[in-house]
Amino acid sequence: MANPMVRTLLTRGVPLLLLYAVVLAGLNLGLIDDYLMATIATLCINIVLAVSLNLITGFTGQFSLGHAGFMAIGAYTTGLITIAVPTVPGFIAGLLAGGLLAALVGFLIGLPTLRLRGDYLAIATLGLAEIIRILLNNVEFTNGAAGLAGIPQMMDWNWFFILTVGSVLLIRNFLRSSHGRNAIAVREDEIAAESIGVDATRAKVLSFTVGAFFGGLAGGMYASYFYFIKPDTFGFLKSIDILVIVVLGGLGSLSGSVIAAVLLAAISTVLQQFTAVRMILYALLLVIIMVFRPQGLMGSREVSLRIVGRLFTRKPTEPDEPEATR
Amino acid sequence: MTDILRVDMLTRHFGGLAAVSNVGLRLAEGELVGLIGPNGAGKTTVFNLLTGVYPPSAGTITFSRDGRELALGGRKPDVVCRAGIGRTFQNIRLFKDLTVLENVEIALQQNHRYSLAASFFRLPPFARTEALVREESMELLALMGLAKVAGEQARNLPYGDQRHLEIARALATRPTLLLLDEPAAGMNPAETAELTGLIARLRTEFGLTILLIEHDMSLVMKICERIYVLDHGVVIASGSPGEVRANPRVIEAYLGEEV
Repeated sequence: MANPMVRTLLTRGVPLLLLYAVVLAGLNLGLIDDYLMATIATLCINIVLAVSLNLITGFTGQFSLGHAGFMAIGAYTTGLITIAVPTVPGFIAGLLAGGLLAALVGFLIGLPTLRLRGDYLAIATLGLAEIIRILLNNVEFTNGAAGLAGIPQMMDWNWFFILTVGSVLLIRNFLRSSHGRNAIAVREDEIAAESIGVDATRAKVLSFTVGAFFGGLAGGMYASYFYFIKPDTFGFLKSIDILVIVVLGGLGSLSGSVIAAVLLAAISTVLQQFTAVRMILYALLLVIIMVFRPQGLMGSREVSLRIVGRLFTRKPTEPDEPEATR
Repeated sequence: MTDILRVDMLTRHFGGLAAVSNVGLRLAEGELVGLIGPNGAGKTTVFNLLTGVYPPSAGTITFSRDGRELALGGRKPDVVCRAGIGRTFQNIRLFKDLTVLENVEIALQQNHRYSLAASFFRLPPFARTEALVREESMELLALMGLAKVAGEQARNLPYGDQRHLEIARALATRPTLLLLDEPAAGMNPAETAELTGLIARLRTEFGLTILLIEHDMSLVMKICERIYVLDHGVVIASGSPGEVRANPRVIEAYLGEEV
């Protein structure tokens, strides 16, 4: 237990591996049916989407209304590449290419708009996502409005686990580094940040590009699991859905985004039986939460897996290291 | 002795208003110079022009460091900062939701960079640099008497400590010229006296040149070697504290106030 790396692995790794094993066992024993697995898949995709949008909006303070646009880029790129190369390497290449292409588009739209102070990004991203959707509806090689079918289904629980945990971990590492602190400083006070040498434009574009990459990755996960995508899946409402998760969980809280994604997935699963009033109840619940917790469930605080991990490591008196990221 | 800062004919218009017109300043290396003037004289605007918050409408700002001259007029604030000019703000601008330590770390880390890959994958340069930044930040906080509150949120500090933290954060950028905008604002006489001593100490310890805006005349007259007096955006007097105090135009600008 002396080695901090080993301890970290135990406290955070054990609960995660347990979660992995439980779902795996559930799948093998037939306790998790196709419908439940689809819910888990959507949940994982939503976690990646929300965490990456939170990086842009919650931590860097840049309001983006077009996250579904990046998702669309990733989904179509992964889809087209895995149709052409229906193997695991092809799938991995597709995911990476989707993320990188989304990041490139994010960089190109971010560079001119993020130089400015203010909410220009919101309008630019709103427009961008619509342009992407309309383009996909009208070009030949994506099969237009009919959608892209027959994408080989490479995603399974193993991939979802690796990609979701990996994405959250990478974004967390980014935020708890000098690059992430620069971004948070810009959110806190852009003028003060610049006065101590932070290149605000660079910090904002970097966060936005990283966020776009993971948005694209989530799109790739979607395409590969649901094996059919159409442009309208990635419309304005999808962007709003992601934003709802982020705001509900708390702007500036990664664990908040994860918790909110889980909570919303649970709520919609439970509400499934009340088909007629489902959306009304869902909306009502959101209104109630926002009235009583306007800062979101977590505000900007974080909860660590260590809390769960302590149950396994029998060292309850161990003092907390300060949670640096907010 | 060489001039570390030369400002010539500096002018800034806001619409039809000339907030600053034809201001000239000279700061020799190691000097401690005051910039005073009545409310609305344009003192903070001069600071904002020097640090790139606004581009000047006209005029030049020349900063020299290590024998090289840099034209800073119209450069972005972060470029000005990296050139070697640190500043504090009249209305404190800390990162209020971050900890005291993080406030200083963010300033310090600008001189200790590592790659994006190192931050994503926690490669060795990450741990090494983070430890170094943390250590240097803590040293700086200790120097400013803030080590005990390193883990506190900046917003929870008492007012005087917030001012100290702003100075610590500015020092963390390793400046050669420090601009202090009313560092004693809102402080009581005892705190002001303590601050006076601190400014003098930091100047020697860090080899700083300091330009400070101040309303508190006792502080200005006590520690500044030279003073520029600004009124309606124009330099109306400059010289030693004694000369400035005796200048009739200065007395008039302050409406008969004893200076």
